[in-house]
Amino acid sequence: MSAFKEFKKGLWAESPTFAMLIGMCPAMISSTAVSNAVGMGLAATFVLVFSNLFISALRNMIPDKIRIPCFIVVIATFVTIVDLSMAAYLPDLHRILGVFVPLIVVNCIILARAEAFAYKNGVVDSIADGLGMGLGFTLAVIILAIIREPIATGKILYAKDFGFEGIKLIPAKFAAALVDKPVGGFMTLGFVLASINGITSRSKKAKQASAACAAKEV
Amino acid sequence: MDMSEKGLIITAAPHLRDRVATPRIMQVVFIALMPAALCGVYFFGPWAAINLVVGVASAVLWEYAIQKIWKFDITISDGSAALTGLLVALTLPPAVEPWVTALACLIAIGPGKIVFGGLGYNIFNPALIGRTFAALSWPSVLSAGYVAADGITAWKRGFDVVASATPLGLLKTGEIGATSLSRFYGPLFFGNVGGSLGETSAIALLIGALFLLFAGIITLRIPLVYLLTTAGLAMLFNQDPIFHLLSGGLILGAFFMATDYVTSPIKPAGQIVYAVGLGIFTFMIRMFGSYPEGVAFSILLMNCFVPLIERFGAQKRFGEVRNRA
Repeated sequence: MSAFKEFKKGLWAESPTFAMLIGMCPAMISSTAVSNAVGMGLAATFVLVFSNLFISALRNMIPDKIRIPCFIVVIATFVTIVDLSMAAYLPDLHRILGVFVPLIVVNCIILARAEAFAYKNGVVDSIADGLGMGLGFTLAVIILAIIREPIATGKILYAKDFGFEGIKLIPAKFAAALVDKPVGGFMTLGFVLASINGITSRSKKAKQASAACAAKEV
Repeated sequence: MDMSEKGLIITAAPHLRDRVATPRIMQVVFIALMPAALCGVYFFGPWAAINLVVGVASAVLWEYAIQKIWKFDITISDGSAALTGLLVALTLPPAVEPWVTALACLIAIGPGKIVFGGLGYNIFNPALIGRTFAALSWPSVLSAGYVAADGITAWKRGFDVVASATPLGLLKTGEIGATSLSRFYGPLFFGNVGGSLGETSAIALLIGALFLLFAGIITLRIPLVYLLTTAGLAMLFNQDPIFHLLSGGLILGAFFMATDYVTSPIKPAGQIVYAVGLGIFTFMIRMFGSYPEGVAFSILLMNCFVPLIERFGAQKRFGEVRNRA
């Protein structure tokens, strides 16, 4: 049961991108298109699950003073697996994500989960945490990409690796190139965060108001 | 722009109270921009007129719509939205397709101003946020909007336009050399030269600037230091200083945008640091950057530094003792 709780928290309540605001570089570069977001999200999830698994399993053998280099060695192993497989099977995605795939090694989210969770918790919980955080990151970048891709390129779901040309939403002439850049990514993130905060604070207020009403009636 | 209402003045007492309020300042600046706007309309033809109307109208509409939807106080009557729209249109190319102007105004009013909490809280000059967003988002549409400035002939052509390069664009591509550009002085001064809508005529802008000076809306400190820094650097790098002063958006930026109350330092020493920074960035972008013109970028860049600049030379509170700890 606790493993499910560890899994669930990463999806939304402690979402690495929307709640903790870590791992911004890969979020900005991969949320330019939905296909990039899915690719990057799944790559990070894979690395996160396996690095959490191994670090949790090895946590009693890793000396405390050199734990960060040990984490990096474990993480780098899985990043290399992802990097080479992506280059082999999804060359176009690999070209777009470029240096950001090897950079998963020093991704905040993965190091943070290794340090803050896997190093202190059991194997099953750590796998659940890694899976939840990874999918939370994937969900967040997909949400950003759904907003950014049509504004930046005029079409959505463009994926060259699968021979998919994308669905045209607005004429290419109106596509705002700035949204494709990190500036546009951060602006989009700001608007999404503002919307999330606005909605949650409104529902909180409504809850408080109804609770106050109920208290009066009693 | 009126800071006394917001309690933002950070100088020590006593303070003078004046009946000058935000709408009045906006009106005066609006009127001061009219000579430049009319010159633009005269030289560039009907598209310029359409873009000016679209700019002002859409900025006011966007502000009304955004504030209505989010249930904020509606502040279109203070005139700042109309002024922002006018400035956006003046900094964009004269014959740019009007949807660009309208969307630039949306960016200027929304992310440029209301997101920060409205007028007085914005870090960046809203009009330049809009212009820069458009310039970086639709570069090809913008470059197609620079047209020949030939007055009556442009009006006779109507909606057909003749594309024309701007002097700074020619300088960047190396087509006109860097020295002995005196043949450009006349056109740049009077306005029959390619460029953005409002920057074409130096004399019209200077008339407006003089009006602002005599109305007491701006002081000479920021514009003068800005212009002198740019000219000085031009001489240092063996360029034609008069050409650099008259071309591009330098005069428009120096008198009408760098002096924006909200986004420029309040204290004299800070204003000088700010203006020198503006001059350096402008010239460096023109000289070494990949864009021909750097006024908009340099004002936005220096806007970032304003809070930092303001921290230096903060007045001591009365009775404050240094290093009390």
